[in-house]
Amino acid sequence: LASLVSPALADPDNNQLIIEGELIVTDVAAPDSSPLDHIYSGWRFRSPETQSLQMDDFENPGFVAVDAAAETWETADGSEGKSCASCHEDVSSLAGLRAELPKWDEATNKPATMENLINRCRTDRMGAEAWGWEQKEMVNMTALISLQSRGMPVNIQTDGPMAEWMEKGKDLYYTRVGQLNMSCSNCHEDNYGNQIRSDHLSQGQINGFPVYRLKWAGLGSIHRRFKGCMENIRATPFKRGSDEFIALEAYVASRGAGLAVETPSVRN
Amino acid sequence: MKKLVVAASAVLMLTVGVALADAVGPNDVAMADAVVAESLTGVAGDPAAGRDIMINRKLGNCLACHVNSEIPEQPFHGEVGPPLDGVADRWTEGELRAILVDVKQAMNPESIMPSFYSLKLGARVAEKFEGKTILGAQQVEDVLAYLMTLKEE
Ligand code: HEC
Ligand code: HEC
Ligand code: HEC
Repeated sequence: LASLVSPALADPDNNQLIIEGELIVTDVAAPDSSPLDHIYSGWRFRSPETQSLQMDDFENPGFVAVDAAAETWETADGSEGKSCASCHEDVSSLAGLRAELPKWDEATNKPATMENLINRCRTDRMGAEAWGWEQKEMVNMTALISLQSRGMPVNIQTDGPMAEWMEKGKDLYYTRVGQLNMSCSNCHEDNYGNQIRSDHLSQGQINGFPVYRLKWAGLGSIHRRFKGCMENIRATPFKRGSDEFIALEAYVASRGAGLAVETPSVRN
Repeated sequence: MKKLVVAASAVLMLTVGVALADAVGPNDVAMADAVVAESLTGVAGDPAAGRDIMINRKLGNCLACHVNSEIPEQPFHGEVGPPLDGVADRWTEGELRAILVDVKQAMNPESIMPSFYSLKLGARVAEKFEGKTILGAQQVEDVLAYLMTLKEE
C-alpha cells in the first residue's frame, strides 16, 4: 500500500541530456545571488518518456515549429518587401542572444524580451504588422532564434539599469497571490523535487523556453507558463508582455544563470 | 405538480436557511491557542462527504500535498505536507478545525497550505473567487469529520 500511494520520485534524477552527441548541462552551482545551492533544468524532473523526446531532434515535436519559422525567416513581408534573411542572413547570426534576454534596451528605456526585439524589426524595419505574443509565427520564431543558442549558458545582466527590474521581479516572485495565497517560491524554491499530486515540481527555470508542452500540444512562451501558474492558484494573471511579466522573466532568468539554453525543450 | 415544486422549494429554503443563519462567518471564527472549539455550523460533519472533498481538485484537493493511505484508489498523493495517516491521534478536533480554517494562524504563518475558511487571501484574487473562502463552513466540518476517522492507535 505504501508504495502505491507514496510518490516514486523525490529529487531531480541523474539522467544526462545528450542531444546529437552533445552534452547539455542540466545542473550547475547556483549563481551567488541565488537562495539555492544548486540549480537544475526542468528537464531533470520530467519522466524518462518525456525526457527522451527532447534527446532526439527528429522526435522532438518542437522542431515542427522550428522548421515553420525557418520558412518564415526567408519570406518577405510588409511594405518594405523584406524578410528577416534580407538583413540578418543566416539565423545563426543571432546565436547567443537567447542567453542574454531580457536585456536592457536604450530605445525603450526598459528591458527587451525576444518578442519585443522581433516586433521592432517587423514594424519599424519591415513595415509589417506586429505579431501577437502567443501568435504561432511569434512563438515559432522565438524557438528558431533561441535554438541558435542551445548549449550556451544563461548569462543575463542584473546590474546597472537592470537592477531595478530585478528587484521588481523578485518582489513578484515572493508575493503571495490568488485565493490559494501562494508565491512562486512556495512551489519552485521551497518544494522543488516534491510531488504535488501528479506533478513533479521543478525549480521553474526558463532556460528551455519556448517549450513544447504535451498538454498544450504545441509551443508556448514564458509568459504563457507564468499565466498558467497564476491561474492555478486562482489569481488574475498579469498580461503577456506586461512590465510585471517582463520583470518576472528577467528575475527568473537570473535565477537560472549558468544553465544551458535548451530550446525547444519538451515538458508534459 | 405545483405541490411538488412548493415542497421542493421549502426544503431548499430550509437548508439554505440553516447554512446562512447558523454558520459562523470566516471573520468571526473564534480561534484561541490554535484551537477552534465550536463547530462552524452546529451541524455534524459527514465523513463520506469530507473524503470526497479531500479528493476533489476543485475543493480541498488535500491529496495534492498529503499522502493518505486511507484513499488508496486515488493514484497521486503529493509530498509537500506531512502524511495524514493517524492525524486524529496527533491532534484534537478543535486543533484540526483550526488547521483547516486558517493554518497560517494556527500553525505556521509561512505555510504553503491554503487557509480554507479565511478571507486573508493573496493579492490579485481572480474575480470568480473574490471575497470567497475556498471551502464553505459545512464543508470544513465534513472534512474535519473525515479527519477524525484517521486513527491508527
Ligand atoms: C501551486 C504550485 C505552483 C506555484 C505557486 C507556481 N507554480 Fe510554476 N509550476 C508548477 C507546476 C506543478 C509546474 C509543472 C512542473 C514543473 O516544472 O515544476 C510548474 C512549471 C513552471 C515553469 C516551467 C518550468 C519548465 O522547466 O518548463 C515555470 C517557468 C514556472 N512554473 C514559473 C512559475 C512562476 C514564475 C510562478 C509564480 C508566478 C509559479 N511558477 C508559481 C506549480 C506552481
Ligand atoms: C531591414 C532590416 C531588418 C529586417 C528585415 C529584420 N531585421 Fe532584425 N534587426 C535589424 C537591425 C538593424 C537590428 C539591430 C541590430 C543590433 O541592435 O545590433 C535588428 C535586431 C534584431 C534582433 C535583436 C538582435 C540583438 O542582438 O539584439 C532580433 C531578435 C531580430 N532583429 C530578429 C528579426 C526577425 C525575426 C526578423 C524578421 C521577422 C527581422 N529581424 C527582420 C534589421 C532587420
Ligand atoms: C499546497 C499544499 C497543501 C494543501 C493543498 C493542503 N495542505 Fe495540509 N499541510 C501542508 C503543509 C506543508 C503542512 C505542514 C504545516 C506547515 O506548513 O508548516 C500541512 C499540515 C496539515 C495538517 C497538520 C498535520 C500534522 O500532522 O502536523 C493537517 C491536519 C492538514 N495539513 C490537513 C489538510 C487538509 C484536510 C487539506 C485539504 C482540505 C490540506 N491539508 C491541504 C500542505 C498542504
